[in-house]
Amino acid sequence: MTQQGVRWTTDQVLALAPDVASRKAGSKLGTAGPWSGTGSTDEGAVWGQCKGSGSRPYLTVVDIGGAQGAAYKCSCPSRKFPCKHALGLLLLWAGGAAQVPGSAAAPDWAEEWLAGRREGAERQRAAPQGAPAAPADPEAARRRAERRAQRITAGATELEQRLTDLLRGGLAQAEQAGYGLWEETAARMVDAQAPGLAARVRDLGAIPGSGPGWPARLLEECALLHLLDRGWLRQAELPEELAATVRSRVGLPASATGEPLRDHWLILSQYDTSDGHLTTRRIWLYGTESGRTALLLSYGAAGRAPSLVLPPGLTLDASVSGRPGSLRAELTEQFGAPVAGGARPAGVDAGSALARYGDELRADPWLESWPVTLTGVVPAHDADGGGGWQLADADGKSALPLTPAATASPGLWRLVALSGGSPVTVFGDCGHAGFRPLSAWSGTPDAPLIPLTD
Amino acid sequence: MIASSGVGSSWDELVSTALLGTGRRSSTTPEALLDAAALETVRRRAGLRPVVAAAPPEPALDDPRPALPAAARHRLAVLLTDRAGSGGTRRGSAPDLLELLPQWLATANGHGYAPPPELLPALLDAARGRTDLRPQVLTFAGPRALWLARLNGDWKFALRATPGAGAALPAPDDTEGVGRLWGEGLFAERVALLAAVRVHDPAAARALLAGTWRTERAEDRLMFLDSLRTGLGDADEEFLEQALGDRSRNVRATAAELLSALPRSALAARMADRALSCVALDRAAGVVVVEAPHECDAAMERDGVVAVPPTGRGERSWWFGQLVEAAPLDRWAARFGGRTPEEIVALEVADDWQGELHGAWCRAAVRQRDTAWSRALLGPPTAPGAAGPGAVSLAERAKLLAALPGAERAAWVAAFIAAHGLSEAFQLLGVCGTPWAPELGRAVVDALNIARDAGSYPWSFSGVMGLAERCLDPEEAVRLEGLTAAVDEPEGAAPGAGGYWAEAFQRLVGTLRLRRAMRDELAPPVAG
Repeated sequence: MTQQGVRWTTDQVLALAPDVASRKAGSKLGTAGPWSGTGSTDEGAVWGQCKGSGSRPYLTVVDIGGAQGAAYKCSCPSRKFPCKHALGLLLLWAGGAAQVPGSAAAPDWAEEWLAGRREGAERQRAAPQGAPAAPADPEAARRRAERRAQRITAGATELEQRLTDLLRGGLAQAEQAGYGLWEETAARMVDAQAPGLAARVRDLGAIPGSGPGWPARLLEECALLHLLDRGWLRQAELPEELAATVRSRVGLPASATGEPLRDHWLILSQYDTSDGHLTTRRIWLYGTESGRTALLLSYGAAGRAPSLVLPPGLTLDASVSGRPGSLRAELTEQFGAPVAGGARPAGVDAGSALARYGDELRADPWLESWPVTLTGVVPAHDADGGGGWQLADADGKSALPLTPAATASPGLWRLVALSGGSPVTVFGDCGHAGFRPLSAWSGTPDAPLIPLTD
Repeated sequence: MIASSGVGSSWDELVSTALLGTGRRSSTTPEALLDAAALETVRRRAGLRPVVAAAPPEPALDDPRPALPAAARHRLAVLLTDRAGSGGTRRGSAPDLLELLPQWLATANGHGYAPPPELLPALLDAARGRTDLRPQVLTFAGPRALWLARLNGDWKFALRATPGAGAALPAPDDTEGVGRLWGEGLFAERVALLAAVRVHDPAAARALLAGTWRTERAEDRLMFLDSLRTGLGDADEEFLEQALGDRSRNVRATAAELLSALPRSALAARMADRALSCVALDRAAGVVVVEAPHECDAAMERDGVVAVPPTGRGERSWWFGQLVEAAPLDRWAARFGGRTPEEIVALEVADDWQGELHGAWCRAAVRQRDTAWSRALLGPPTAPGAAGPGAVSLAERAKLLAALPGAERAAWVAAFIAAHGLSEAFQLLGVCGTPWAPELGRAVVDALNIARDAGSYPWSFSGVMGLAERCLDPEEAVRLEGLTAAVDEPEGAAPGAGGYWAEAFQRLVGTLRLRRAMRDELAPPVAG
C-alpha cells in the first residue's frame, strides 16, 4: 500500500530549488503544519493547500510525471519557479503516505490544470514526430545556411590570423595584453555567428592569469583552436562524421536525428551551472538495458530553474534520441513518472577510464572529458604530491587525481564520508584535467546513489 | 594534470618557442608551430596514464549501530538544510527547524542509530557553528566522524571534544600510562587525563594530584582543583583542608568552597559555629536577631571568607553572608528549637536582616542540594512574586527549583504561571523537565491565550513561545488546534495582533506535529 517506492527523496526534491533561499524557504514549508487537503496520484501529480499570511490559502499543484519533465502551478505571487510552496509540498510528499496520501482523486481546481496538461501532451504525441516541421521555403533556408557558412569562414580566417600573430610575437605578450584582446576577438566571432569559436576564444583570456604552467595550457588551447579553424576551412576533405563534429564544435546547431531509443534510464546525475543570465542543467542518463550513456540539457533564464527535472537515483522508462557525434540527446517521450531501483553501471579501473577518454579523442579531439564509472576506488589525500585528492584503485597502485574544482567542492567530503576509507563506485567526468565525481554509491545492495554536485 | 607517457622534450621546446615567439627563431613558422602543438596536445591527452596512488587512508572503524529508518533519514536531511540560521526573526507560521535538531539527535541517540555517512559533513558543519550541539552530534556521528575530522581541519573540534580521539589518552586504569602522561603531558592533556581518571576512580585522581601538587603553577593548581568537583566526597576533605593553606588566594577560595559543600567537613563545622553564633531567636518577641561579625580574623580568611567587600556593601553584612552560606543547613534546626525549615523561614527577622539571611540560605541550599530547604525558601508559588521569602531573585528561584523532584518542580511553575502570568516565567520554565508535564503545558497555553486576549503582540512572549514549541508534549497539538484560527481583535488591542497570534499558534501546532512525526519516524520497526 505504501507508495514509498516512487516518492522522491529529500535531496531529489531540494535539487529542484532555483536558489539557496528557495531551498531554505521550501524546507520550512515541508512540514504538515500549514498544509491541508493534500493528496497525490500514482502518476506523479501532487496537490495541497498551504496556509500563508493571507486569509486564503495558496493552491499548489505539481505534476512530476509529465512527458516533458516536472510542471508546477501555484496561486502565490512568487516569481521563483518552482516556488517555495511547490518545494514544500514535494518535501511533504517525499515524507510518505502519512503526510500526503497516495492514490487519491484530485480536487476540481487541481484536476482542471492536470487535465489541461494531459491534453497538451496528447496533442504533442499525436503530431507527426518524424518530420520536424519542414522549413517553409527550402531554397531560402539553403541560402541562409550558405550565408552563415561564409561568415563563419571569414571569422575562422580572421581568427587564424590572430593566432599566428600571437605565436609570431610570442605568448609572453599575451600576459601583458590581458583580457581585452580576447574579449574583442570573441565579439568578432559572435558577429561571425560562430558561438563555439567565441566561447573558446573567451576562455583563452583567463589562462594567463591561471597560475604556474599557463604558457603550456595557453599553447594547448591555441593549438586546439587552430585545429578547429583548419577543420572548418577544410571540412570538405574530412570524413563526414568528423566534419559533423567540427560543425557542432564551431557552433552550428545540430538536431537530434538518431532513432529514439526506449530504455529504462537510470538517472545518474543532475546538476546546474549558471553564468548569471542562464542556468544550464545537465542530466546524465544510463540505459540499464542498452548500456548507453546520454546527456540531456535543459536551460532556465535568470531566476527560474530549468524545467526538466529528473531526480538522481531513480529510473525512467523513456525514449531518448541522440545527436550524431556527441553524447547529447533529447528526451522524446516519457512513459510514466520515475521509479526507484534499476541496475547501476558496472565500473572500470583508473587505467581503463583514461584509455576510454583517449579512444574518444579520435572522433572528437576537442573533447574535455568523457563520462565513466570507476569501481572499487578509494578517495585518498595525496599529501606529498601537492595536497590534492585522488581516486585510487583498490590495488593501491594507480589513481586518478580529482580536478582542482572537485577538490574544493563540498561534494568531496560527502564522497570521503561515504567511502570511510573503503572502496566505492563513482560516476563522473574523466578528462585531461583530472576526474570530476558526479555521484557515488557504496558496494552494498540497495545502497542509495549519492549526488556529489551542489 | 595527469602525468603523460613520454613527456618528451619536443613539447617543452614547443612551449618555449611559443613563449618567445617564432619571430625570434627563424627555424619555424607560426602555422607549423600550431600544427605541431595541436598534434602534440591531442597525442598527450590520448596517452594519459594514471598517477601513482598515494597511501590510502586507514579505513574508518565500523559502526555496528543499525541504520536510520528511511523517513528519519529524510527528516534529518531536511533539518540540516536549515542549519545556516534564518535571520532570527520569529515571524511566520513555519517551524524553526534548527531548534528541533537537538531533540532529534537526543531521540536518535536514545535509540542508538548510526548516521547516514553522506550526511556527516553537514552534521559536522552544524556542530562547528553551534558548540551546544557538539556533544549530541558527536555521539550520533560516531567513529566515522572522528575519522573525517582527522582529514579536514574545519572539524578539528570533534577531536578536541572527544577524549581519547586526539592524542589518545591512556585508559584510566592503565596506571603506568596515566603516570607517564601526568608527568610529561601538556597542560590540556593533563586536565583531560585528570577528569577521565576522576570519573573512573576519584581516589586515584586525588592521589595523582597530591603527588605533584607542590610543583604545579598556581593557575594550573586552580584548574586541577576544580576537577575535584566531579565525585566530590568526604574522602577529599584532608587534601582540600591542606589546600586551604595554599599560596594562591584563588586556590584557597576554591578549596573552601568545595569543603563547604561537604556538610560533614571540619570547615563546614567551623563555619556553622561562626554562623550560628551570629543568629539568635528572641523567644519573647518570636523574632530572629542577627548580630553580624565585627571582624574577619585570620582563621576566617583561611576558611575562605573574603575580607574586602565589593564596593557599596558593608563589611559586616558581607562577612555574615559568607558564613551562613558555607554553614550546613541541618545545623539550624537545633538553633531554632527543632523547627522545620518552613517554620524557620517563616520567622520574622529583626532590623532588615531578612534579605541578607534568606539570600545566604538560598545559596547554601543550592550548594548543598537540600530539597527541604529549597522547598521552604521557594515558598508557595502563588505568593506575590516580588515579595517572596527573602526577596529571592528569579535566577535563585530557578536554582532552588532544580533541587526539587521533577513533578513537584512542574507543579510549582504551573501554579506560579497561573498566578503571575508569563512575563517572569522564562527562567523558571528553563529548569523544568521536557516534555512538560500536562498541568504545566496547560498553564503555559492558558497564559498565552490570556495574553492574546489582552491584545499584546506575540513577540513579547517569543522566548516562552519558543520554549513551548520545543518542550510541550506533542500530544497537546490536538488541544491547541482551536487556537490557530484568527480571532476578532479585542477592544484596544495592538493593531494586527490577532493575525500574528494566529500565525504564532500555527507555528506552535505545526512544530508539535512535526516533533510527533520525528519521534514516530525514529521508533524502531516492531519485529514480526
